[in-house]
Amino acid sequence: MGIAVKFFASMRDLMGDDRELDAQIVQQHNIKTVDDIWNYCVEGKERPANVLVAVNMDYVDGTTLVKDGDEVAFFPPVTGG
Amino acid sequence: MSVVILPEAFNPWQLLEDYQQKISELNGKYGATAVFVGTMRDFNEGDNVSQMFLEYYPGMTEKHLEKICTQATADYGLLESLVVHRVGEINPNDPIVLVAVWTAHRKQAFEACREIMEDLKSRAPFWKKEQLNTGKNRWVEKNTKGY
Repeated sequence: MGIAVKFFASMRDLMGDDRELDAQIVQQHNIKTVDDIWNYCVEGKERPANVLVAVNMDYVDGTTLVKDGDEVAFFPPVTGG
Repeated sequence: MSVVILPEAFNPWQLLEDYQQKISELNGKYGATAVFVGTMRDFNEGDNVSQMFLEYYPGMTEKHLEKICTQATADYGLLESLVVHRVGEINPNDPIVLVAVWTAHRKQAFEACREIMEDLKSRAPFWKKEQLNTGKNRWVEKNTKGY
């Protein structure tokens, strides 16, 4: 099943298309947290402080543990309304 | 409680009238209705804006808005609430957002309407991309403070 990684708005411009990290990648790269996913996707670049993160559509912080089947999203500050 | 994401233009006053008819079982129970309507401007940060694209996170946006309304219902004793938000291509003067709440008394109505709106502006996953009259596009990076 793996972990689905989504980027929205300016984050998508920066990071490119959404990704699907299969179980093999997750294991090979020892991906356990949201921060691990970020580091895998950007090859170690620091996550800007204002980038927001959600796991399964709830806000979380970078230390949140992820598991097979999760959906992880990175996006910039929101500007609705 | 109702949360609606709309990909096409809407008339907030017509929606409000329709919704109020739908909740007619509350007639006589509410003494206050507070309404906020947000509309697209044709300027922002010193530039003329000709159009805007509003992106959202399908699933999470609705979930977050429902959470806001549930919290406001608990905090302010709302009898009903309605949140409608546009997405997609939007033109100046188009309504973007409608927030309406129904309560027994005005204090709760005013406060809840504002709190829902402020939480929506600061936490609900929507993003605006503006098209300027010069032809340039840019993501809006932050909302103005509401307080």
